[in-house]
Amino acid sequence: MAETFASLSLVPKADAPQSAKDFKTDQEVRWCPGCGDYAILAAVQGFMPELGVKRENIVFVSGIGCSSRFPYYMNTYGVHSIHGRAPAIATGLAASRPDLSVWVVTGDGDALSIGGNHLIHALRRNVNLKILLFNNRIYGLTKGQFSPTSETGKITKSSPVGSVDHPFNPLSVAIGAEATFVARTIDSDRQHLQSVLRAAAEHEGTALIEIYQNCDIFNDNAWEPLKNPDTRDDVTIRLVHGEKLIFGSQLDRCVVRKADGTLAVANVADVAESEIVVHDAHNVDPSYAFSLSRLSHPETLQDTPIGVFRDVKRPTFESGLRAQIETAEAVAGAGDLNALLQGKDTWEVR
Amino acid sequence: MSKEVVELDHVSIRFAGDSGDGMQLTGDQFTSTTAILGNDLTTLPDFPAEIRAPAGTLPGVSAFQLHFGNADILTPGDFADVLVAMNPAALKANLKELRKGGDLLVNTDEFGARALTKVGYETNPLEDGSLDGYNVHPIALTSMTVEALKEFDMSKKEAERAKNMFALGMLLWMFTRPLEPTIKFLDAKFGKKPVILAANKKALQAGWSFGETTESFATQFVVKPASMPTGTYRNIHGNLATAYGLIAASKRSGLPLFLGTYPITPASDILHELSKHKGFGVRTFQAEDEIAAIGAALGASYAGMLGVTTTSGPGVALKSETIGLAVALELPLIIIDVQRGGPSTGLPTKTEQADLLQAMFGRNGEAPVPIVAPQSPADCFNAAIEAARIAITYRTPVFLLSDGYVANGAEPWLIPTEDSLPTIDPKFATGPNHTLEDGTEVFWPFKRDPETLARPWAIPGVAGLEHRIGGIEKQDGTGNISYDPANHDFMVRTRQAKVDGIAKTIEPLLVDDPSGAAKTLVIGWGSTYGPIQDACRNLRDEGIQVAHAQVRHLNPFPANLGEVIKSYDKVVVPEMNLGQLNMLLRAKYLVDTIGFNQVRGLPFKTQELMDAIKEVASHG
Ligand SMILES: Cc1ncc(C[n+]2csc(CCOP(=O)(O)OP(=O)(O)O)c2C)c(N)n1
Ligand code: SF4
Ligand SMILES: [Mg+2]
Repeated sequence: MAETFASLSLVPKADAPQSAKDFKTDQEVRWCPGCGDYAILAAVQGFMPELGVKRENIVFVSGIGCSSRFPYYMNTYGVHSIHGRAPAIATGLAASRPDLSVWVVTGDGDALSIGGNHLIHALRRNVNLKILLFNNRIYGLTKGQFSPTSETGKITKSSPVGSVDHPFNPLSVAIGAEATFVARTIDSDRQHLQSVLRAAAEHEGTALIEIYQNCDIFNDNAWEPLKNPDTRDDVTIRLVHGEKLIFGSQLDRCVVRKADGTLAVANVADVAESEIVVHDAHNVDPSYAFSLSRLSHPETLQDTPIGVFRDVKRPTFESGLRAQIETAEAVAGAGDLNALLQGKDTWEVR
Repeated sequence: MSKEVVELDHVSIRFAGDSGDGMQLTGDQFTSTTAILGNDLTTLPDFPAEIRAPAGTLPGVSAFQLHFGNADILTPGDFADVLVAMNPAALKANLKELRKGGDLLVNTDEFGARALTKVGYETNPLEDGSLDGYNVHPIALTSMTVEALKEFDMSKKEAERAKNMFALGMLLWMFTRPLEPTIKFLDAKFGKKPVILAANKKALQAGWSFGETTESFATQFVVKPASMPTGTYRNIHGNLATAYGLIAASKRSGLPLFLGTYPITPASDILHELSKHKGFGVRTFQAEDEIAAIGAALGASYAGMLGVTTTSGPGVALKSETIGLAVALELPLIIIDVQRGGPSTGLPTKTEQADLLQAMFGRNGEAPVPIVAPQSPADCFNAAIEAARIAITYRTPVFLLSDGYVANGAEPWLIPTEDSLPTIDPKFATGPNHTLEDGTEVFWPFKRDPETLARPWAIPGVAGLEHRIGGIEKQDGTGNISYDPANHDFMVRTRQAKVDGIAKTIEPLLVDDPSGAAKTLVIGWGSTYGPIQDACRNLRDEGIQVAHAQVRHLNPFPANLGEVIKSYDKVVVPEMNLGQLNMLLRAKYLVDTIGFNQVRGLPFKTQELMDAIKEVASHG
């Protein structure tokens, strides 16, 4: 069994080793055949035993969307709530119960359209939540309208001549919202996905994990360049803390810092080795992670970083809340209801 | 000079000034002093939504009315007997609230030409005879305050600020009330600012001495204590009583309190109060909006807390979808709507009862939610506990429909002891509750208690009870997703039956009909209790027999309500809306009830109610 994850220090440990099977439910999974959600489900179920905590102390909370059906398939506690509101509900849950490991499952529409407000506020508060954002760049459950992550010009049912909207980059949004942990991974890369989950579980506070997910019905191959063995190494920048950002099938591409401080991609051959950026996920200055999040091309996906962009420390919301309660109890003792009701100015009627 | 002392049964006084003049504080302070003397009382703070509209203008006027007496006081008084007007704007806006022949105390220092024209007085009302019908006391309040404070190291402007204390001292003298409670209050408030503290005390004292020596006042008044049930009392505001009721419910149920909320007038004071009580384990969460506020409260309920959200009408609109989710999840949740004038932003600081149908029906689908309405400031305490009882026992969201009048109003409260309060058993699920055909013991999250129809409340952390719930229709028993037509029909009817069944645990509706001879019944709900009761008592004094019943549970209704209504020839339903309870009564009981409706942002006046009831009672 794994060491205790930092974010789970108050969650009771499992008595015995668990397996992926322990996390499967008897419910029939209802996603379309070939949907990327299956792979994510399997990866998460496979990862859960690593947490080493009691299954009954894990809660999955979701909004609405194909992705948000996730909790029904996890043999833990779960709430399938309403569109966009999972971070709010999970905040109340996590703020009340530090003995729980709380996970949020959401989609690109759920998290970034209707629920955008709750997402950014959860991030700035640093509530101890692990948010899995399944980004398929489409509204799946409502049958294929463009989403806030769809490319400009995208042809969908609701944009027959192309969407005029400019998309969000979810990680840029998160970093701008004071997120302490931001990562990206891909549905089909189980190993990578699980490595990111591991880092998220270690992080104390809100972790936002964007998972590139394929919707084979309404937006097939949205992430193809990152998945196809012929192209993926040339377009993907794998982030490893402490290592130089060198990528490409020939390891001939790298990330450098421009004179204005932002990051850019260059040919290894054209730069001095010392100019190549060494990835530092713990850099407190968010402009570094932000600049990383801007490298990828929204349409071609060229130069897309995956891995942990940012992982910095800040006290969690609930630890602050708990500390205030403990201080109040320590200073004045546990509340005395009779004394409260009496107040200071009373009179007797005899 | 010794003055005549006159005894009064009751008196209503009104303080009016600029928003910056501290009239609410002055009124509150007079109120607490009066409460301590054992008078019964009712208050009506009447202030604008703007924090400080330009000084001396009509929109900037803030007023506070207090009615106190030696017997039951049910309303703030239709008209004030005494009006303190700190400037021309206050006079202009409030003169209509003063009874003809009443005492008018005016701060003459503020009646310069510019101040008069600012509010449209062409001539000075103090000189043009327009106030002849009143007993006018011209008082140079500002300059006397400045004079009294000249020994202090402060600017004239700073000294002028203490004029409300001068006014308060003067009124306390007039009604023979002690200065000590106010001195104690000032010590606590300005303890860290010795000059300001001393100046305020001096102004208070100076106002008192002025009353004693001036020839402007020939009389001093005494109002003897009211006879009330024995016990220990305090003065309490509605929002404070609501906050205390929630803390009490938390203690009596053993569920830690979680408040998820977003600031809005007139509900914010509940947040302010609860945020002080961390020693009771209270968690307050100021969310990014009302949707997050109720979402977090629901998440806390799921976690096993007492989840509460507080708001006013516009916030309820935003919370609707989540209330529907709570209906579907069948989790306890308290939604407190301190109603204000609507629609939209409406009248933020004024009272109204126009959210009843929103609470009743403002959701998609068949989504019944129980509703409890407190009838007075102190009653908010009991109503909050009752809302918690229903929410916890029946695993349901519950509306507590307060309003601006009860929330901001105050009255004496016979303080209960903790032991006298009901306990509420959350009865968390602890193990399997169902045996499958093959003998396996399982947990079914939607297997109901046959008596209450409530489902089990299984909080995370209990092994073996892992389950998934959601807003999608659930199969009866197992709670699995189900789109089966017959199951949906069954679940809709069952959720309704569960809420209807609450009536079995509600006190029957009490009818106040002392003679037993009344043919006309007056039915109200919520904060109209005081004015309706006052009107009915006055009518009986006039020989007109009328009965009064105040409905506390608006959903479900008390079981005997239909029977009560049908036993009277005529039923009048006064409401501060266009007839919402009236519509529910007519729809449910097929009775030709008669609405009496006002939406003026103010509580009913007793006389207007009397006229309306008389009209009905004496015709046909
Ligand atoms: C209040 C509300 N508005 C609209 C909908 C309809 N709706 C359901 S899911 C969805 C979009 C889901 O897209 P996404 O979050 O990307 O999830 P996906 O299905 O792609 O996983 C919409 C618009 C709803 N359920 N509730
Ligand atoms: S519509 Fe797309 S996202 Fe939804 S289940 Fe089917 S493949 Fe998956
Ligand atoms: Mg999507």
